[in-house]
Amino acid sequence: MIEITATSPLHHFPGGIHPPEQKALANQTPIQRLPLAPMLYIPLRQHSGPAGELCVQVGDHVLKGQALTQPGVDNGLPVHASTSGTIVAIQDHPLNHPSGFSGPTAYLQPDGAEQWIERQPIDDLSRLSHREILMHLQLMGIAGLGGAGFPTARKVAGAQGIDLLIINGVECEPYIVADDRLMREHAAEIVRGSQLLQTITAAKQVVIAVEDNKPEAIAAFETVLAADANVTNTMILRVVPTRYPSGGEKQLIQVLTGLQVPADQLPADIGILVQNVGTAFAVARAIDHGEPLIERVVTITGQALSKPGTAWIPLGTPIDHILSVSGFQPANKQRVIIGGPMMGYTIASLQVPVIKTTNCILAPSAKELAPPEHEMACIRCGACEQVCPASLLPQQLQWLAKAKDYDGLKQHHLADCIECGACAYVCPSEIPLVQYYRQAKAEIREQLIEQQKSEIARQRFEARQARLEREKEERLEKHRKAAEARKAAQAARADSGEEDPVKAALARVKAKKAAQQAAEPASESTDAPADDKKAQVAAAVARAKARKAEREAALAQADDQQKADDDKKAQVAAAVARAKARKAERDAAAQQEKQEDGESS
Amino acid sequence: MSWLLGILALAVLALVAGLILGFAAIRFRVESDPIVEQIDNLLPQTQCGQCGYPGCRPYAEAIANGDEINKCPPGGQATIDKLADLLGREAKPLDAAHGEEDVKKVAVIREDECIGCTKCIQACPVDAILGAARQMHTVIADECTGCDLCVEPCPVDCIDMVAVAVKPERWKWNLDQIPIQDITASSEHSNSEDKQVQTQ
Repeated sequence: MIEITATSPLHHFPGGIHPPEQKALANQTPIQRLPLAPMLYIPLRQHSGPAGELCVQVGDHVLKGQALTQPGVDNGLPVHASTSGTIVAIQDHPLNHPSGFSGPTAYLQPDGAEQWIERQPIDDLSRLSHREILMHLQLMGIAGLGGAGFPTARKVAGAQGIDLLIINGVECEPYIVADDRLMREHAAEIVRGSQLLQTITAAKQVVIAVEDNKPEAIAAFETVLAADANVTNTMILRVVPTRYPSGGEKQLIQVLTGLQVPADQLPADIGILVQNVGTAFAVARAIDHGEPLIERVVTITGQALSKPGTAWIPLGTPIDHILSVSGFQPANKQRVIIGGPMMGYTIASLQVPVIKTTNCILAPSAKELAPPEHEMACIRCGACEQVCPASLLPQQLQWLAKAKDYDGLKQHHLADCIECGACAYVCPSEIPLVQYYRQAKAEIREQLIEQQKSEIARQRFEARQARLEREKEERLEKHRKAAEARKAAQAARADSGEEDPVKAALARVKAKKAAQQAAEPASESTDAPADDKKAQVAAAVARAKARKAEREAALAQADDQQKADDDKKAQVAAAVARAKARKAERDAAAQQEKQEDGESS
Repeated sequence: MSWLLGILALAVLALVAGLILGFAAIRFRVESDPIVEQIDNLLPQTQCGQCGYPGCRPYAEAIANGDEINKCPPGGQATIDKLADLLGREAKPLDAAHGEEDVKKVAVIREDECIGCTKCIQACPVDAILGAARQMHTVIADECTGCDLCVEPCPVDCIDMVAVAVKPERWKWNLDQIPIQDITASSEHSNSEDKQVQTQ
């Protein structure tokens, strides 16, 4: 059982750095509302996990807050129209992603009316089942607003009955002040969202954590917590010392509780859930007001801007619109970074939109954030190891990554790297260490996916082989059974003295031949008695043959099944002979009659 | 007499130790993967037959019986290296007689040209093609191994092998492959250029 009081000691995570904060650039002014962009580009996937299924068409008029995608078979997170307007296209558009790839995006042309869809707030959480509440959060498109944008409903679903809910207001990365401004201006709603999350997860305790470089935010929370009668003693505020990256999920847990999240496990496995203050705010809006996640606070900062600050940006607003209304004065080879200077990425096109995870747009001048210099050789100074918050060996990882020794990287726990960039920040050789780790991680992930795919292919191949084999055997079995049935039927006929239709037909053919042969000489010669005699002899021979064959057949029948074929032949022969004999007799008789007729006439 | 005692003691010790070792050898026996399994695990399971064997497992068996390890184009040099490592053989370059290493592909059926002959369905080693006689067929892209085996039997040539597009979530952080754009320039001229792009 984890218990934190207002006075319980704080702990340290290993390493960490103190980069220049640069927060004063943007946190002096209230959160603004910028003029609406002429076109919003709303990517269908703005978070980690699968995208939802499209549920609007080109030409549809949509209202503010209307869902553009629905969870669908993959249970993806929906995205919503950030304002009312018309869907003019659904096509590939540059994504807000370090790769610079394009992806499916809905082009929303605002009509300026800001007409809301009918919102459905939840008045009383206790009336809904746990499942229904999570479904509501899912349908409202709530994703974690602090980091990678993991769907909140899924994160919460995996953390039931936890000991500790941490509301993360640390915001440790330089330049970024979106959470800082949100806490100053909307502390009450963040507290409300925290209470809702506490109710949903049945967490025993809630700790709101804020770094000590945000005194205004701390004061705002203290006022709200003191004034709010609903706040019980299970919710406290803790101020943590400023050190990058104390806002990392695992680092914050370690600072507050002294516990480390084990490798390959989630905080929920040790009874802790961490949610960003922005997420808590979004949860409060979604439940109390029925508002989906369609806008977020974005830090707009950097010395290339004459009007830095923070703003409520409707999701899908293109970056160049935001920059142009913020006094963007691009220098030569100007970089625009999404996120902060430590973990952010440079974008390749200014047309990329703001998405759920965009907390900062940084347009630095060349002086304040020098572009990366040429990488030099590692001098093995060990500074990176001193600052790694995950107690890894960055230098060793770098060698292994360069050598593409993926097993070695796994042994050195590359997966525990949070890509905070502290090692690269202190590296005197300016080695882009995190870049190496990201490539190696991507390669390891790719290998894992390929391995899983090949495993599936193997299973499918083997299943197919087994099926073909089974079908072949079934076919053979069917043939064998049919043959047996035929044999049994023949045997039954032979026993009862009945004639096999095939044999009968054969016999008829033979008999016809015999008759023709017999008839020819009869019609030619008038030597009837001789003919008659011949026919009689033939009949007698045939009878004898038939008897013999029958005897043989009887013998063969007594034999075992191996001689079944002989048996069959013998039967056929016997039957043929019988038929011949009968026919010959009949023919002979007919001939005699004819002759007698001829003689009498 | 003492030397006899010594020999006796040693003999008893040897016997006891032998019994313990014998018991442990049976009781704690580690069932190791047969070599064919291990080789099969390294092969890419495309079941394409480019190696000359009807599937990956038969090739694994052939390798175990001494066949060359460089006959698998889908696995490429990486697979050859792993096999060389596993088997203690020398890593050779890929045997060009069996094909060349290529990007990952999937089969795509041009559905309006499909006549529903089921020939590709019978050729697919992993049952990744869906369809019935005189009905349109289609490829389950997620299950397709890109083996090429369905292309040849198609009487109307309506199957294309298409390179798999990289998705952002499977991107490998190749920053140097992003075309360098001067966004300053593009923002200055953005209004004209981007609108052109949009209208296109």
